[in-house]
Amino acid sequence: MGASQSGQVHKFQDLADKTGFSIEQIKNLHSRFLYLTQDEDTLRREHLENITNLAINPIRRQIIEAFFDKRNLGENEKGCLQEIGFEEFVTVLAFFRPPKPRIPEEEVKNIRKEKLRFLFNMHDTDNDGVITLEEYRRVVEELLSSYETIGAETAKAISDAAMLEVASVTVGQMDPEEFYEGITFEQFMQILQNLEIETKMNIHFLTLDTTTMKCGK
Amino acid sequence: MKMMLLLLLLGFGLVFCHQNQSDPHDQRVFPVLTINYGYVQMPFEVSLWILLASLMKLGFHLIPHLSGVVPESCLLIVVGLLVGGLIRVIGKNPPVLDSQLFFLCLLPPIILDAGYFLPIRPFTENAGTILTFAVVGTLWNAFFIGALLYGACRLEAGRLASIDLLSCLLFGSIVSAVDPVAVLAVFEEIHINELLHILVFGESLLNDAVTVVLYHLFEEFAHTGEVTVADVFLGIVCFFVVALGGVIVGGVYGVLAAFTSRFTSHTRVIEPLFVFLYSYMAYLSAEVFHLSGIMALIACGVVMQPYVEANISHKSYTTIKYFLKMWSSVSETLIFIFLGVSTVAGPHAWNWTFVTITIVLCLLSRILGVVGLTYIINKYRMVKLSGKDQFIVAYGGLRGAIAFSLAFLLSPEDFPMKDFFLTAIITVIFFTVFVQGMTIRPLVDLLAVKKRKQSKCSINEEIHTQFLEHLLAGIEGVCGHYGHHHWRDKLNRFNKHYIKRCLIGGERSQEPQLISFYNKMELKQALMLLESNSSASLSTAVTAAVPRQRSRRTLNISKEREEEIRKILRANLQKTRQRLRSYSRHTLMPDAEDDDWSETRLRKQRVEMERRMSHFLTVPARPESPPERRAYVESDSRALTARPSILFTVADGPRESRGRKPSVKFALDAEEQKPLRCLSDPGPDQLLEEDEELIRHRD
Repeated sequence: MGASQSGQVHKFQDLADKTGFSIEQIKNLHSRFLYLTQDEDTLRREHLENITNLAINPIRRQIIEAFFDKRNLGENEKGCLQEIGFEEFVTVLAFFRPPKPRIPEEEVKNIRKEKLRFLFNMHDTDNDGVITLEEYRRVVEELLSSYETIGAETAKAISDAAMLEVASVTVGQMDPEEFYEGITFEQFMQILQNLEIETKMNIHFLTLDTTTMKCGK
Repeated sequence: MKMMLLLLLLGFGLVFCHQNQSDPHDQRVFPVLTINYGYVQMPFEVSLWILLASLMKLGFHLIPHLSGVVPESCLLIVVGLLVGGLIRVIGKNPPVLDSQLFFLCLLPPIILDAGYFLPIRPFTENAGTILTFAVVGTLWNAFFIGALLYGACRLEAGRLASIDLLSCLLFGSIVSAVDPVAVLAVFEEIHINELLHILVFGESLLNDAVTVVLYHLFEEFAHTGEVTVADVFLGIVCFFVVALGGVIVGGVYGVLAAFTSRFTSHTRVIEPLFVFLYSYMAYLSAEVFHLSGIMALIACGVVMQPYVEANISHKSYTTIKYFLKMWSSVSETLIFIFLGVSTVAGPHAWNWTFVTITIVLCLLSRILGVVGLTYIINKYRMVKLSGKDQFIVAYGGLRGAIAFSLAFLLSPEDFPMKDFFLTAIITVIFFTVFVQGMTIRPLVDLLAVKKRKQSKCSINEEIHTQFLEHLLAGIEGVCGHYGHHHWRDKLNRFNKHYIKRCLIGGERSQEPQLISFYNKMELKQALMLLESNSSASLSTAVTAAVPRQRSRRTLNISKEREEEIRKILRANLQKTRQRLRSYSRHTLMPDAEDDDWSETRLRKQRVEMERRMSHFLTVPARPESPPERRAYVESDSRALTARPSILFTVADGPRESRGRKPSVKFALDAEEQKPLRCLSDPGPDQLLEEDEELIRHRD
């Protein structure tokens, strides 16, 4: 018991160093992980689908996929896994860690780039490095999916307008022969630069083991 | 120069008119011309004051460079001083700022304007911080200033020694409150980033509850003469009653206003009146029970705004916006002028020690309070407040007319040192408005504080803001943590399912935010293009590029047609509106977004957009056929009745119509039963070689 505990603590320390969480946060996330997987070692999609909070979320599919996406796990591979361990769980959640205060400007830019990369990967489902019109349409459709009366055509119009906007902002003058494939990552960063992602895309990770952890289903 | 002459003339006119009365008892010929000033005296003088205020405002902006250096509030106070001096020179007593006039007539428009256009998202995101500053900060300020002032008065001999602790505490509570009018006046001109603006401004609005409670508490204590523990406890209870009561009263009236606006589709003309009346009633109702009128007004404005905006017509929305801005602008001007006049008028008891100690203590307590509270708050914030932010928050704590009016309301029997207080408060106000108001702009530049970004409506940003909301709520769900996003998500869903159904009439209740945003954007572009094209070459344009691609029929535009289209547009605009996030009075007239959409740039943008459209919207596998396009329109109409979607195509068949005047083909929607050229229409080689020509022609 003691040996495995210290081994676990050692592993937690590694994780904490790698992801930037504190030890208490890692411990909380670990207990949450065990709760979700019902004490198994690996997390699968069904475990996440069982969360009732997530069931009413219009973009749950993409959120769940994001956990199993290899690109988010730091490897340069593409594709998705079928099940992930605790380390991958924490790595994905690290994207939502608020940046530490008083960090230099380049650090902020890096963090912003990482978070935008996460978002980009969520949209770019076929892993080809660009968000095509089809993919963007799907994003908008999912966002509007909770409103039953809105037809698919409206979603199409919106996503088309959005693509137009991206094109006009980023590409400027295009040759008549040219062909706009889709949004690349640089263009994605450019159009969302005013959004200040690094301040918005954050979750407050608890350091204390409060009872809310048990309430969450 | 001209203004001074005008002032003199007005002053003399006033005096002259006072002295002439008609005398009915004289036996003389039938008076062809008589003067009866007493009949119109009151409204005449009120109008004269307002006219004076407006002319002053006009004058400032005509003088170059002045408005860039000195904030308007300072200039207005100076004008007030001059006018007061003038009146005194003439020999009459200058009027003092009547507290009842101030609280019932001058303050509500400003607060309503602030509440109605309050940016909700930053406010709720920083609600905890704002509340902490407002409540704890004001309490700290009040007690710190009061206690130390009492200590200083004890040490100092002479007249000051008779000031007791309660009076000092009361004085502390009056002078410690940050004033929303002054903050608005100064901060609007410096355009700092949204976070700091909402922090200082939110604090100034919410500390009203604390000020009201402390004021009545100490006044009551001074009246009865003794304080027990039970009284202190009751005071705390009173605070919650005042704050929550004010919010509830405001909320109730807001819901009523929203509900009423649901049925106003046949009486569009009086829609703005409902908004104003309900808000004012909320304020007055709160004041009846000594609840916080300001919080009631803010709550009313915030609650009713999304629903009212969805219900009322576009014109009513514009009317409300402009009336609010106008009233609040005039109110603010009058307040500052009256402050100047009251300075000349009021009884003054100047005491160097008292005044300097007050100013020093105010600054000190503000700085200590902000720094101390930020240290605690930063532990709970995700985006920490840096030292620069803290400095701006501390430096932006301006005092204003509310403090003056509250002091003026004190009864001289309970507070024999009222004159001392008044003088000290006026000095503090002058100090904060002049010194801090004038220097904050260069300091902001010096410290390189982030300024407000000029945000154009970008549909991508809107999509991603919503996407982020859902994403964060989902991740919180995964973490099992009921955080900020979770509750916001829940509130939104509750709003959508229940509240919107009740309060928004017709089919607009089903419209998701993204759609309304998109509609607004599109409509705005449509309007802009329509208006910009109304001049010029367009009316004579003809054309009919024979469409080489599949069944795209287009219309020729003649002048009559254009008029028809405009009529239809105007008629149908009742369902949609422009949402401008403008909470700055000063930049109202030249709307930042209006400037951007200047003619040529718009056309160029459109032209380029068309080009892009034709290039990349290639989903060759699924060509759009006309029936499908019509279906688009039908389904769209289902959701939003008869919204005309005007999509312009600026095109000409490339080879054929060289040299012909460019045309804009309008494609109207189901009303005309013409197929829409949707944005997603993949027009193949729609080569707009004539773009440059187009642009040249249009000019």
